[in-house]
Amino acid sequence: MIPQEIHDNIKTRFGDAVVEAKIDGVIDPWVKIAPDKIKEVALFLRDDEALAFDSLMCLSGIDYTGGKLGVVYHLHSIKWNHKITLKVDVTVENPHCVSVESVWKTANWHEREAFDMYGIIFDEHPDLRRILMPYDWEGHPLRKDYQVPEFYNGMKVPY
Amino acid sequence: METLEEKIDARPMTIPGFGRALRSEEMVINMGPQHPSTHGVLRLELIVDGEIVVDAIPHIGYLHRCFEKHAEHMTNYQQVIPYCDRMDYVAAMNAEFGYVVACEKLLNIKVPERVEYIRVIMAEFQRIASHLIAIGTYGMDIGAFTPFLFCMRDREAILDIFEQTCGARLLYNYMWIGGLSHDVPADFAEKVKRFCKMFRGTIKELNNLLSYNKIFVERTANVGVLPADVAINYGASGPVLRGSGVKFDLRKNDPYSVYDKLEFEIPTGKGLKGTTGDCWDRYMVRVDEMEQSVNIIEQAVDKLPPGDVQSAIPKRIRPDAGEVYVRTETPKGEIGYYVVADGTASPFRVKVRPPCFVNLAVLPAISRGAMISDVIAILGSVDIVLGEVDR
Amino acid sequence: MKEFLIDILQNEILVYVLMAAVPLVWIIPFALFAVWWERKISAHMQDRLGPMRTGGWHGWAQTIADILKLIQKEDIIPAAADRKLFNLAPYVVFVGSFAAYAAIPFSAAYVGSEINIGLFYILAVSSFVVVGLLMAGWASNNKWSLFGAMRAAAQIVSYEIPVALSLLAVVMIVGTFDLQEINRAQSGYFWNWFVFQKFPLLFVAATIYFVASLAEVNRTPFDIPEAESELVAGYHTEYGGMKFALLFLAEYANMFAVSAIAATVFFGGWNSPFGDFMSGPVWGLFWFISKGMAFIFVHMWLRWTLPRLRVDQLMYVGWKVLIPFSFVIVLGVGFWVMLAR
Repeated sequence: MIPQEIHDNIKTRFGDAVVEAKIDGVIDPWVKIAPDKIKEVALFLRDDEALAFDSLMCLSGIDYTGGKLGVVYHLHSIKWNHKITLKVDVTVENPHCVSVESVWKTANWHEREAFDMYGIIFDEHPDLRRILMPYDWEGHPLRKDYQVPEFYNGMKVPY
Repeated sequence: METLEEKIDARPMTIPGFGRALRSEEMVINMGPQHPSTHGVLRLELIVDGEIVVDAIPHIGYLHRCFEKHAEHMTNYQQVIPYCDRMDYVAAMNAEFGYVVACEKLLNIKVPERVEYIRVIMAEFQRIASHLIAIGTYGMDIGAFTPFLFCMRDREAILDIFEQTCGARLLYNYMWIGGLSHDVPADFAEKVKRFCKMFRGTIKELNNLLSYNKIFVERTANVGVLPADVAINYGASGPVLRGSGVKFDLRKNDPYSVYDKLEFEIPTGKGLKGTTGDCWDRYMVRVDEMEQSVNIIEQAVDKLPPGDVQSAIPKRIRPDAGEVYVRTETPKGEIGYYVVADGTASPFRVKVRPPCFVNLAVLPAISRGAMISDVIAILGSVDIVLGEVDR
Repeated sequence: MKEFLIDILQNEILVYVLMAAVPLVWIIPFALFAVWWERKISAHMQDRLGPMRTGGWHGWAQTIADILKLIQKEDIIPAAADRKLFNLAPYVVFVGSFAAYAAIPFSAAYVGSEINIGLFYILAVSSFVVVGLLMAGWASNNKWSLFGAMRAAAQIVSYEIPVALSLLAVVMIVGTFDLQEINRAQSGYFWNWFVFQKFPLLFVAATIYFVASLAEVNRTPFDIPEAESELVAGYHTEYGGMKFALLFLAEYANMFAVSAIAATVFFGGWNSPFGDFMSGPVWGLFWFISKGMAFIFVHMWLRWTLPRLRVDQLMYVGWKVLIPFSFVIVLGVGFWVMLAR
């Protein structure tokens, strides 16, 4: 299935959950979904026979600067060998997004990483802890406005 | 999910005549960060009931070196490549490969045929080298020391070829955006062919020594069975996915570079010694893959066209705003680079989807109910490199 | 030899001390040699050279240097360890393996104590090692050590049964536990050795004994108590310096002890394989040690070839394969002896 058809499928099924889409003129076509609808869309994409996105290749957090954060989902269907990119935008003030952990287990650690690095909070995630940074680390290091702390547990950080 | 306390309380054992209830308790035992078989600094929190593992909780991040932060702070795209090397330090070529393909796609560069073929040869050599480490250390995990040194001996021959080509043995910085740092030496084809001939014999020797050894089979067959649907749902890739019987390899299913011009098979786990998707299958897929890699190398060396390997290197690397997600097949599985460009000379965001990170996440699911020795076997069969898990 | 020494020295106590010191004088050089030998063997099996520099010729002084280093090391006791047991354990282990040497007949002229229950004594006293291992594992207060100790105890106790049963087959034929008697019963040519007698019953018994003895001394493929890839180092994880050296020494002493028993009981002990050719008390020592070393070589050979079993598979091999087979052997030999009478 080509990306346009995939987009149309989501659009007809979920309507206003699709915030924005860009199919032409980009390398990887993407569809932007509302943060509270992402799990339903994900479930639909996985379980629909014609779409069958059975694998989540990658889930990335991103900081667009200016108080905007994002989550990017790269999906692939092993069955049909087609791809689509989903995007979700959240804000720094309200960094909440619904977890897709129950849809693809891949998301478990990736969402923990996005939480760790960007502070995006994935609701319904069963085990949202830091993953790469120490559990008592403060701040979210990959945010563009992140300042390296002077001290961590009494140790000087910039060496 | 019930908590550990509930699990313990659910099985009290009262002995008649005793005033209080006697019960056996699970023990929490830390495997790692300093443990001989965690392949680096992985910490596994094992909850064990005697020798049986009730739960395994991986704690990672001990080797976190801020790859993504570094990538954003480089002054240009080219400078990210050495950091890619240091992710999966036993398969650095493959990690570079993914990144340069991503950048070339972003810049819309067509690289010369010769470069593509050399890249494929190097990537396949690196695949063999990485699998040799995986197999050798796996033998060591199971308790056989000798295969490890045999594997190291053959890996040495590959590293010699790398050294001759680019001067480095482990971290190469060899593949550049649009080209290569050095052309191959004059007697390259001859050396490669000699290696390929020698190496086929080695695989036979390895099979005799380890793969079909009765004890080895007993230890790995029917252990850590990963069904295909679970593997896909967890996003497992590479030999872990193929070991479960899924015929999926990016070199065939989503071809990049010149892999579509080369002939090779995708080995999958068939459950020859036990259930499909057990540790032995994952192990055997690696052995078979090495053989296929030798095939690829031989074909690629024959087809190697002449030319300049640096002709397509752009003078200025400044891609237009945009983003790309490229995935390539490394020995451990699919590595994905999500590169976002904002029109400046340095990348806005580089996200890596490391195969080991994703494959490791499957470990708790297949270790429950196994024995402590099996956890070692399962961990070894997943083949992780902590440099890549933690980045 | 005892009478001879008493004649010279005229002091019975001194003679007993001397006699007891002989195995010690043997064990230490043997262990030093065996460690170096094992390193060379493993190296050559693995396409490398092993120690080459210390001492000049093929690194012959490597283990001497190692032991000197170990002696100099600080004696570290973990803060949470049970100090008394922790300190005692290596000695218990060493005593267990050393005491077995009292009844091992090195040659026709020398056996530490010529008791008529020699074999029985060795079996009994070598079980002492288990107590030491459990002590070491428990006292270290380390979960990996505890695992190692529990595995070691379960393994050694289980494998004592096939060991005892397979030796019993020979005892039934000779009619005595006296190891010198067993040796004398095998004199002459090599076809008189018990391994070739009552074919194939005793051959199987010898095989069972060898496999089970591998497990007794925790060698690959039965080295699960110290499985370095699983349990870090098993019961001796927390030990360092001289105590570690003692545990190590005991391990090698044990290896020679079980090989010596195999050589004595099944392979003619100090008897020359060729009748009167090269026989006599001194040649007897040569033959005995050569046979013991040959078994140790096989131990090493197996160690650098085979992977390691899992703990449940180990128990399976012990209880469901070796023990039933050894019972069959005992029964078969019993009938044979009874009918032949």
